[in-house]
Amino acid sequence: MSVEADLDAWTIAEAGRRLRARELSATELTRAALERIGARNAALNAFITVASDDALRAAAAADARLAAGTAAGPLDGIPVAVKDVIATACVRTTAASRILADFVPPYDATVTARLKAAGAIIVGKTNCDEFAMGSSNENSAYGSARNPWDLTRVPGGSSGGSAVAVAAGMALGSLGTDTGGSIRLPASYCGVVGMKPTYGAAAKYLRRRQQLGVHLEADHRLVGGAGAGTPIHGAHDAAPTRGGRRVCHSVAVSYARAVRAAVDTLGGLGARAGSASLPHTEYAVATYYVIATAEASSNLARYDGVRYGSRLAGDSLLDMYCRTRAAGFGPEVKRRIMLGTYALSAGYYDAYYLKAQKVRTLIRRDFARVFEQADVIVTPTAPTTAFRLGEKLADPLQMYLSDIFTISVNLAGLPGIVVPCGVDDAGLPIGLQIVGPPFGEEVVLRTARAYEAATEWHTRRPPRVGAAS
Amino acid sequence: MLDSPVVKITRDEIRHVALLARLALDPAEEEAMTATLDAILTYMEKLAELDTSAVEPTAHILDLPTPWRDDVVTNAPDADRLLANAPARDGDFFRVPKIIE
Amino acid sequence: MSAVDRSAGAGATYEAVIGLEVHAELLTASKIFCGCPAIFGGAPNQHTCPVCLGMPGVLPVLNRRVVEFAIRAGLAAHCTIAPYSRWARKNYFYPDLAKGYQISQYELPICAGGWLDVPVDGTTKRVRLTRIHMEEDTGKNIHDAHGSESLVDFNRCGVPLLEIVSEPDLSSPAEAGAYLRALRTLVRYLGICDGNMEEGSFRCDANVSVRPRGTIALGVKAEVKNMNSFRSVEKAIAYEIARQARVLEEGGRVVQETRLWDADREETRSMRSKESAHDYRYFPDPDLPPLLVSHELVAEVGRSMPELPDARRTRFVASLNLPEYDAEVLTSRRDLADYFEAVVAAHPNAKAASNWVMGDVLRLVKERKLDDALVITEWPVAAAHLGELIALIDEGAISGKIAKTVFEEMVATGEAPRAIVAARGLTQVSDEGAIAAAIDGVLAAHPDKVADFRAGKDKLLGFFVGQVMKATAGKANPTLVNRLLVEKLR
Repeated sequence: MSVEADLDAWTIAEAGRRLRARELSATELTRAALERIGARNAALNAFITVASDDALRAAAAADARLAAGTAAGPLDGIPVAVKDVIATACVRTTAASRILADFVPPYDATVTARLKAAGAIIVGKTNCDEFAMGSSNENSAYGSARNPWDLTRVPGGSSGGSAVAVAAGMALGSLGTDTGGSIRLPASYCGVVGMKPTYGAAAKYLRRRQQLGVHLEADHRLVGGAGAGTPIHGAHDAAPTRGGRRVCHSVAVSYARAVRAAVDTLGGLGARAGSASLPHTEYAVATYYVIATAEASSNLARYDGVRYGSRLAGDSLLDMYCRTRAAGFGPEVKRRIMLGTYALSAGYYDAYYLKAQKVRTLIRRDFARVFEQADVIVTPTAPTTAFRLGEKLADPLQMYLSDIFTISVNLAGLPGIVVPCGVDDAGLPIGLQIVGPPFGEEVVLRTARAYEAATEWHTRRPPRVGAAS
Repeated sequence: MLDSPVVKITRDEIRHVALLARLALDPAEEEAMTATLDAILTYMEKLAELDTSAVEPTAHILDLPTPWRDDVVTNAPDADRLLANAPARDGDFFRVPKIIE
Repeated sequence: MSAVDRSAGAGATYEAVIGLEVHAELLTASKIFCGCPAIFGGAPNQHTCPVCLGMPGVLPVLNRRVVEFAIRAGLAAHCTIAPYSRWARKNYFYPDLAKGYQISQYELPICAGGWLDVPVDGTTKRVRLTRIHMEEDTGKNIHDAHGSESLVDFNRCGVPLLEIVSEPDLSSPAEAGAYLRALRTLVRYLGICDGNMEEGSFRCDANVSVRPRGTIALGVKAEVKNMNSFRSVEKAIAYEIARQARVLEEGGRVVQETRLWDADREETRSMRSKESAHDYRYFPDPDLPPLLVSHELVAEVGRSMPELPDARRTRFVASLNLPEYDAEVLTSRRDLADYFEAVVAAHPNAKAASNWVMGDVLRLVKERKLDDALVITEWPVAAAHLGELIALIDEGAISGKIAKTVFEEMVATGEAPRAIVAARGLTQVSDEGAIAAAIDGVLAAHPDKVADFRAGKDKLLGFFVGQVMKATAGKANPTLVNRLLVEKLR
């Protein structure tokens, strides 16, 4: 008789051990995840598309491998969720946009193909901000995902659904993307681990648009290996050899307290803490939003109603373009396209885009200087815990500023991980961000692992919502 | 929102940018867009505080050489699948409103 | 030719300043950023994939050969090859542009500077290049299929292009044509482009301005597009020079704009639709890291370079003693020059080889349209056979006249000339006794004409030669016939 799948308690490693020990089948585990999704998705809106049939077919194939002793690896038979900006062949991929409402890619993104090759079971496509543009998940054409700790709050963005799916036990791991904090922010708000590798650590091996990363419960080592396409070793229970560093910015009191306590914990494990100066951090948000919107304005030009995606009829070709794009994109995406188009347009390029590229150099240098003396930098992930739905929607600039701690890490192309490190007065999760030097995934993971070994925060689970399952 | 005595972007510029970006904005959207972008651009003025005259821009975070591939054909014809998402097609052509040159 | 006439008239007071932008489709097997075939034609959208169709999330991966071809062109045109160059996006909306931007190079192209020496009216003009850069081609819009709609085919989208930009060093339609031909010869020599203007694999836009003769400041230029032959490039430029001169003469101002050449009406027309109002918003492509070209790569490409037309032409004149004209014709194609050299290798008489190749061989090549092929592989006669034929003449084994017959036979049968001569008994008769006997017979048959000749009608010598040749079935050695006749008639 098989054991009952415990989606709240099991890590990927543990589930994998049980699958390989044939204590339960991949089909049973996948079915449990799909049932959990069925029970909770109405309340959490974590998934835009649930791929039940494909998942069960893949699970049956995994079971055949497990039975034959030819399992593909540690991810074989593990139910995972994939952010809906990542292409999945024959499974609708909307990027949380109306313009791709009916888009079924004829191809897999490389990460998708890698996950499939590793035997992972893709249970569905997770909610996010439209084209990954946002910090709260509210910019989804399919409605915001909800924070499982408090349904009136945002899960963070853009990879909100990916964090929610893991926090609520709808999958054991998930893929997100992170160009400005989009994995780390939701990880912090939802109380899960989120990892963003070095820019290019995946790019060297994978072909994909956005910075990819993973949300998972504790077992970053495993999904990191498959998702990033670069084997990440280490994650030994050893503290960093040299000092960690922390940066202070205006942060909610309870948040700051939790991060300070985490630094003390790391100190107790043998790390030497000091303070680090990253003087150009205050320019990071402006820098990022110039560069990111400029690139977005160009990246999104392909959504023109010609080859795929929705189209609105027009009196002329120009009219068709303008109406298709106006109807297909949501307000934040339009705002960014406008900003980016402006920043690149004749007469403004030097003042905005080129200037931002130069400030980016200064931000990179800040980090390089600190990493001459430190192994990792430890910071809060966000200025606050999860905020209320609608709270920042009217003020895009305030929304952008939620990325203050994560964004400079992207501008410098560094690896970063977020691990739960406490709760605020309302019981909402707080995330500790650990940042490493370029290609320093190993030290980042080792630090996170050591911290987790010494604390219990990562074992907390949100209250059950929706029908019991 | 930050207030700035100097207007960063005008309604006319918004219209021009919307045309460049191929976005139809109704008058209310134009007005809201003007105000929001003005505020954001004002915030971005922060960057002007920094002297970057001697700083090289970072266009790419990694100075890796371009990864390249050998000149080999790897794709087989698959027009049917590739046109499956087309909003309008004519046989294996994509169809669009008449292009006037 | 009214357009050219008008420009000649305008030339009296205005002079033209012309620069050309040439787009050469590269002869790679696959597209520049994906593994689709880079071949001309095919059923619509047959040669496409998610990458060249610009589907969500896809990324470009550079085809190494495109870089090698760009370096080849750069080395051949004396450019500086940049060790560090960058990819840029050129943003505009058009149905044939899948991503809404074209991946190109902008601030930092792979090749800068350089020049081309162009033969113009018997002299050589040095035309400077601004740059050569790599970019991807667009798809094709088909406009007239339906009344209110157009069709789009992306087979060409992502085919690699070199854009070769000249300085405004050209001053007449003829010079522009000569430059364009020289450039086409070069890219074909290099094996990087088939140079086919009609099929659009070698395209030319012209920047044309005029200024009062003798002044220095440049006039306002118009960009003229849509020419699909060398002749239409020359005609369009001539038309545009005349048009601009007329505008200025009438006190108007030339507008900076893009104009389309209408080959049917033989005029340029302004492109003024709202859709063509562009601000390309170039910026470095974040999807493609900078292109680093090592010294090793440049050296490797340099070693694979063929001898270039300029050098070959010079060599043909200097070491083979060919006239300039012969050298130019023979080096106009790499395959032709190779063929010619193979003939000379078989028998070292360069001038005779040149006469045969430029005469009989090229006549047949053109008749049979063999020169439509990018590289001619089937010649009317094998180079070694042609060399052998010339050797037979030089040895005195056959006459030039018989050689023509043998040549026809070689073309018809593919056999070697010596075998043909032997089989058909065409060897020249150089036996004085036999020729003398034939002469005696001829003189005996025409006593009256012999008398006339001796009375001073020198012109009759030709008649006697003809009769002797007839009597010997054309095989008598003509030199001997002449000498013996003169001796006997004296």
